[in-house]
Amino acid sequence: MPNATYIMLIVLLPLLSFLIMGLFGRTYLKNTAGIISTCLSFISTCLAFYTAYGYFFEYGKINGVYQKLIPFNYLWLAFSEGLSINMGILLDPITAMMLVVVTLISLMVHIYSLGYLKGEERFPTYYAFLGLFTFSMLGLVVASNIFQIYIFWELVGVSSFLLIGYYYEKPSAVAACKKAFIVTRFADLGFLIGILVLSFYAGTLDFNTLIQRLTSPESNELKSALAASFLGISALTWGMILVFVGGAGKSAMFPLHIWLPDAMEGPTPVSALIHAATMVVAGVFLVARLFPIFAISAPDALEIVAYVGAISALFAAIIACTQTDIKRVLAFSTMSQIGFMMFALGVSKYGGEEGLGYTASMFHLFTHALFKALLFLGAGAVIHFVHSNNMKDMGGLRKQLPITHFTFLIACLAISGVPPFAGFFSKEEILLAAFQHNQTIYWMALITSGLTAFYMFRLYFSIFWNKSYHPNHQDEHGHHGEGGFVMMMPLVLLSVGACLAGFIPFGKFVSSDGTALVSEFHLQFSIAPVALGLTGIFTALFLYKTENDKPDKMASSLRALYQIAYHKFYIDEIYLFITQKILFNCIGKPAAWFDKNVVDGLVNATGNTTQVLSEKIKKIQSGKVQEYAVYFLVGVFGLAMVFIYMWK
Amino acid sequence: MNGANILFYLLAAMILGSGLLAVTTRQLFRAAIYLLFSLIGMAGMYFWLQYEFIAAVQVVVYVGGITVLIIFSIFLTQQAGEKMLVKKTGQQIFAAIAAFCGFALVMIQIVQNNFTATKNLSLSPSVTNIGNQMLGVDKGGYALPFEVVSILLLAALIGSIVIALRTPTQTS
Amino acid sequence: MEPGLYHLLFISAALFFIGVYGFLTRRNLIAMLMSIELILNSVNLNFIAFNKYVWADKLDGLFFTIFVIAIAAAEAAVAIAIIINLTKNFQSIDVEETEEMKY
Repeated sequence: MPNATYIMLIVLLPLLSFLIMGLFGRTYLKNTAGIISTCLSFISTCLAFYTAYGYFFEYGKINGVYQKLIPFNYLWLAFSEGLSINMGILLDPITAMMLVVVTLISLMVHIYSLGYLKGEERFPTYYAFLGLFTFSMLGLVVASNIFQIYIFWELVGVSSFLLIGYYYEKPSAVAACKKAFIVTRFADLGFLIGILVLSFYAGTLDFNTLIQRLTSPESNELKSALAASFLGISALTWGMILVFVGGAGKSAMFPLHIWLPDAMEGPTPVSALIHAATMVVAGVFLVARLFPIFAISAPDALEIVAYVGAISALFAAIIACTQTDIKRVLAFSTMSQIGFMMFALGVSKYGGEEGLGYTASMFHLFTHALFKALLFLGAGAVIHFVHSNNMKDMGGLRKQLPITHFTFLIACLAISGVPPFAGFFSKEEILLAAFQHNQTIYWMALITSGLTAFYMFRLYFSIFWNKSYHPNHQDEHGHHGEGGFVMMMPLVLLSVGACLAGFIPFGKFVSSDGTALVSEFHLQFSIAPVALGLTGIFTALFLYKTENDKPDKMASSLRALYQIAYHKFYIDEIYLFITQKILFNCIGKPAAWFDKNVVDGLVNATGNTTQVLSEKIKKIQSGKVQEYAVYFLVGVFGLAMVFIYMWK
Repeated sequence: MNGANILFYLLAAMILGSGLLAVTTRQLFRAAIYLLFSLIGMAGMYFWLQYEFIAAVQVVVYVGGITVLIIFSIFLTQQAGEKMLVKKTGQQIFAAIAAFCGFALVMIQIVQNNFTATKNLSLSPSVTNIGNQMLGVDKGGYALPFEVVSILLLAALIGSIVIALRTPTQTS
Repeated sequence: MEPGLYHLLFISAALFFIGVYGFLTRRNLIAMLMSIELILNSVNLNFIAFNKYVWADKLDGLFFTIFVIAIAAAEAAVAIAIIINLTKNFQSIDVEETEEMKY
């Protein structure tokens, strides 16, 4: 059995970092905050690797099947006999994998931030928030029951809110953090209702019991959950859809994606950690965690997952082609890639070869975390150098930033699915799974992967080639190069990961039912995606390698489409219209009127009446002892009369 | 009319008369002395009722203790010879009427009620009986109330010391 | 006329309302305290009278009298402590001049 202490330490060390930085950081640890946090993060990472190694190679496998182990479980709140909430650790392949991903990316970001945020006034606060986030994310992945996952889910949301709003002097950052919080909260409402529905029918919150009860055909819980229906859809399917709504909100799936691009207002390392590699895949993780129920008992809900994922992937890829803010391009790319993971889960079935989509999704989650964090950190280095997010201010940076250039290229190749980089392998598996189960989604995915290659290389060429670099602010800032060792080391490490991660035989470790899945490599099948990816790359090369007017010409020839995509399909505007014009006017204003006039009126009336009355009767309290004695006597005699004459 | 009856009426007159004077005289020290006589009359009434123990307690506690305490406090707080201020006449009349009405009400109730004495063998209020029952812990014993009262006395003792010792605060 | 229970009750009630009258008309706190002592005495007499003429087989009335006397002593001590303190603060023990505790 695994040692629960180590796993708890993985989770609790970031919390310790949060507590130290939060309590003492600003007063005592102004200079050493980053170092201390990074050390704690490093220990946590080592333990996570140790745990993952132990799980995958020593004790995790029994009779060729990876078990769902619960090394630690603590009864936290016991409400009644049937209802109690535990705090526990559930260790299974995806937990082990997520532990590694989260701690690794977190460590990279910790190191990188040492350079990126150097000299920042609220340096310790930043590390406190990073610690809080890492703690909550780790708590989320090890959660042994659905309520625990909800608690950490909200904590992750809070830390994301805090970090997006880190530059709180900027109005746009404040607006962005509010937006992120409100949109995800809105989705979390769905999640909460879903939890209630599921736990009501299953009678438990614990994942293992929940899955076992809701997947075995003989169980009474499953029968009752399938029998109850609303609008012609069974309660179980509703529950799963609602849970997925929560996941979709956190993972920025269409149409709840609107917060993710704005969330780029946060510091770039934070975007790399939260809005690329870890938090946004929480939705995928959630679906994967409940995957047996989705696949066996609620295939309709799984179909919704598949289509939402595919639509989000294509939708985001189209928008990404037109954006000029490099972080926003990356944000939409993130959304697109998460769409890939979602629909990979959506087309998967439970068990054996049919479960390829599940393995592929988790594989893509793993590789994506590596190369997307690399992309964001690279973009951070560029922004650090240029002091601008806009592509138009960049170009020709390959001479100034050689290491960044090289690592960014690797990441771009990886995400575009060019062999032999990491993205190629995971994307191939996803496409294969989609091809086997759902042709519509396969074609959407194929187009998306072509677009992905195009916009990534549009980004790459616009930053590093195109025109030559003319710094605007050289006199003000002087030349400070790439940001030193602490910023370059994570880039190099992650680029090594992006090169090599694809060769991990992932199916052997992570599969839908725990048995090893041998993923075959189909050469003929790979031709189409790779060719499409290369086409995208060469188109981008042709359009953006040198400074020319071809992109503008293309944009004007496809004017309508370009405008719509540039404005992100007007989704934000639609939301604003719905909330401000319809909700505020039709519900908000009458409610405000009612509150001001009726509710406040009642309250004020009560207050005024009391005041007038008290003015009248306060004279009774005269302070004269003998008057009180008279009242007392009258009362006594009154009572005596009542008892003597009326009681009989 | 025998001697005992005469004694009773004399005692009653002493109690009520000096009581009435105690609440009406305008000199505080005299009021205290009238109160003393009223209390002594009460002690005599207890003797007349053959409750010697209570009579003795009455003399010791009321006559010897409380009255002396009151006289001390009169000397401590003001000049003893001064005449006291009186209430407005209206208030005095109101108080008199109220007291008389209450008295009438109570007397009506008393007269209408027919009290019947118990047929049981009477228990003499000797000091032996009082001691046995008051300090008894079995049924009908008063040991617990006795202890409670002793605690109360202690608390009152400490409390009055604390209150009287408090340094004067400057209130206007 | 042979004195009995009713006579004693008459004395008790009369003394009680003499006390009440005094309590309502006196302005001096010490005089009010004396009125209270009269009231307590009337209650004691009541207890003794009932004990002697109605419940002669018991001593409970007597015990209550003893307790009332004890409590009256305690009460007098506390009252006089308050009065002394009041004199220190207000230089007066007239109830109409010490009306601080009101609305």
